Amino acid sequence: MRFMLLLKATPDSEAGVMPGPELVAAMGRYNNELLQAGVLLAADGLRSSSRGARVRFSGEKRTVIDGPFTETKELIAGFWMIQAKSLEEAVEWARRCPAPMGEGVDAEIEVRQVFETADFPPDVLPPEDAAREDAMREELRRRSSS
Amino acid sequence: MTVAETHRAIDAVWRIESPRLIAGLARIVRDVGTAEDLAQDALVAALEQWPRSGVPRNPGAWLMTIGKRRAIDLVRREQVLGRKLDTIGHQLEVEREEAAPDFDAALVDDIGDDLLRLVFTACHPVLSTDARVALTLRLLGGLRTDEIARAFLVPEATMAQRIVRAKRTLAEAHVPYEVPEATELGPRLASVLEVVYLVFNEGYAATAGDDWMRPALCEDALRMGRILAELVPREPEAHGLVALMEIQASRIRARTRPNGEPILLLDQDRGRWDHVLIRRGLAALRRAEQSGDGLGPYGLQAAIAACHARARRPEETDWARIASLYGALAEATPSPVVELNRAVAVGMARGPAAGLEIADALAAEGSLDGYHLLPSVRGDLLARLGRRDEARAELERAAAMTRNARERDLLLERAAAL
Repeated sequence: MRFMLLLKATPDSEAGVMPGPELVAAMGRYNNELLQAGVLLAADGLRSSSRGARVRFSGEKRTVIDGPFTETKELIAGFWMIQAKSLEEAVEWARRCPAPMGEGVDAEIEVRQVFETADFPPDVLPPEDAAREDAMREELRRRSSS
Repeated sequence: MTVAETHRAIDAVWRIESPRLIAGLARIVRDVGTAEDLAQDALVAALEQWPRSGVPRNPGAWLMTIGKRRAIDLVRREQVLGRKLDTIGHQLEVEREEAAPDFDAALVDDIGDDLLRLVFTACHPVLSTDARVALTLRLLGGLRTDEIARAFLVPEATMAQRIVRAKRTLAEAHVPYEVPEATELGPRLASVLEVVYLVFNEGYAATAGDDWMRPALCEDALRMGRILAELVPREPEAHGLVALMEIQASRIRARTRPNGEPILLLDQDRGRWDHVLIRRGLAALRRAEQSGDGLGPYGLQAAIAACHARARRPEETDWARIASLYGALAEATPSPVVELNRAVAVGMARGPAAGLEIADALAAEGSLDGYHLLPSVRGDLLARLGRRDEARAELERAAAMTRNARERDLLLERAAAL
C-alpha cells in the first residue's frame, strides 16, 4: 500500500520563509531514516502558492487563477509518498517526522492512502484500452515484418 | 486513543522496529531465536504499558532498552550458572571469561552492521531455501508467521514449524552471528539476493482472486531489497536487484486485462506503468552502473528492463542494446532461455534471419526440447521471412507443447492466419 503524507502550509511557508539549517538537517535525517527502512518512494517540498496557480473547471469554461491563495491551512507545503503495510504504519512514520515547520511551530501532516488498481472494479477501467492494445500490437507486427 | 487503536499502533511500531530490535539483541545473545523471544518480551511489555501511558516519543529506543536489559540479565544468569558448573575446571573458567560478551560494545548502536548480520544469518547456507525465505520475511520483513503462511499458501502450523526448525538448525550448527569474511561475501550476498528475488517472484506470480498477502510479497521484497542496498551500498548487484524489481513492479497494474488475462510486455498500455517505480528503478540502475566494474546478472536484467521502461512507445525500443545486453547476460550466466531471448532481440534489431540463426543453433543443440517457446519463436521468425509452411508447422508444434489453453488457442490462430 502507498500513502501520501501531506504537509500543510503555514503563514511562514506561504510567505516564502526558508527553513533554518537545523530543520534542514533534521529533515535530512528523517528522510534518510525512511530511505534506510526501504519505505520512501518520493518526497518534495512545494514553493508558496504565490508562485502557483489554479485551474477552475465549470461546465465548458476553464478559468486560471493565479496565486497566492488565502486559506493557508488548506494548502500543501510538501509531501512524502511512502510504502507501508497499513494506515497505522504510515501514521507511525508521520509521527516520527521532526516538527516540520520548526520546533515550537504548529504544523499538520495529513496521511492519505493512494488508490491501487485493485481498488477499482473492472468496469471502471477504460473499455477502449483493449482495442487500443490490439491496434498497437497490429502496428508492431506490421513494422517488424516490413 | 482506545485500547484497540493503541494495539494497532503497537503493531505498526513492531513492523517498523522488529528487524532492528532483533538484530541488536542477537548481537548480545548470539542467537536469533533467543533474540526474537526477547524482542517479543519487550513487545509484551509495550502491550501492557502503552495503553496506559501512551506510545512513547521514541518507541524503538523504548523497546530496545527493555530488550537489552533482559538480554544482559539472561547472559549474566548463564554465566553464573556456567561458573558454578566450572568450579573444578579452572581452564574452562578462563575460556568463559574470554568469551564473555562485551556489554559496552553491545550497547553501542551500529544498527547497519547488526541488520547485515541478521540478514546473512537468516539466509545462511545451512538452511533450506524455504527456511531462508520464511526466516528472512519474519526477521527482516517484520511479517507475522500467519501472514507468511497465507502468502505461501500453507497452513500456519506448517510455517510456524518451518521457522522453529530453521532457528534450531542455526543454533545446532553454531552458525556465528556475523557478516561473512570478504572472501566469502560474494556467494553469501548472492544467496541473500536470491531469497529476496524469490519472495518478489512469488508475489509477482500471484493472480487475481489470490489472497492479497500474495501480491503484497512484491512490496515486501522491494522493501527488503531497498534496505539491503543501503546496507551494502558498494555492491552493484544489490542495486541491480532493486532496479530489476522496481521496474518489473512498475508493470504490475498494466500486465493483465480486467478479466485476469495476461497482456504481453509490448502490448501493455505504457500510460498505466507506474512511473514513480520506473524512476526509482532507473536511479538504482545508475547506482549499480557506478559502483563496481560492470553489471552482474541482476544489473543486466535490470538494464534490459530499463530499455523497455525508457521507450515511450514499443516502436522506440532500443533492440540493438537489448540484444547486446542479452549477449552479456548469456556470458555471465549461460542459459538456453537467455539465448532464446537474445534470438528474439536480435531478430528485432537486425532482422529475422539473424534471429533465426541463433534459434536454429539452439534447436540443433537440443537443450530446449519440449519448451514450447522455442518453436513459437522460430515460427514467428520464419513467418517474417515469408517461409509460411515451416512457420505454420513450428507454431502448431508449439501449440501441441504448451499446457496453457489460452496460449494454445493463440498459437493455433496465428498458424491458421499464415
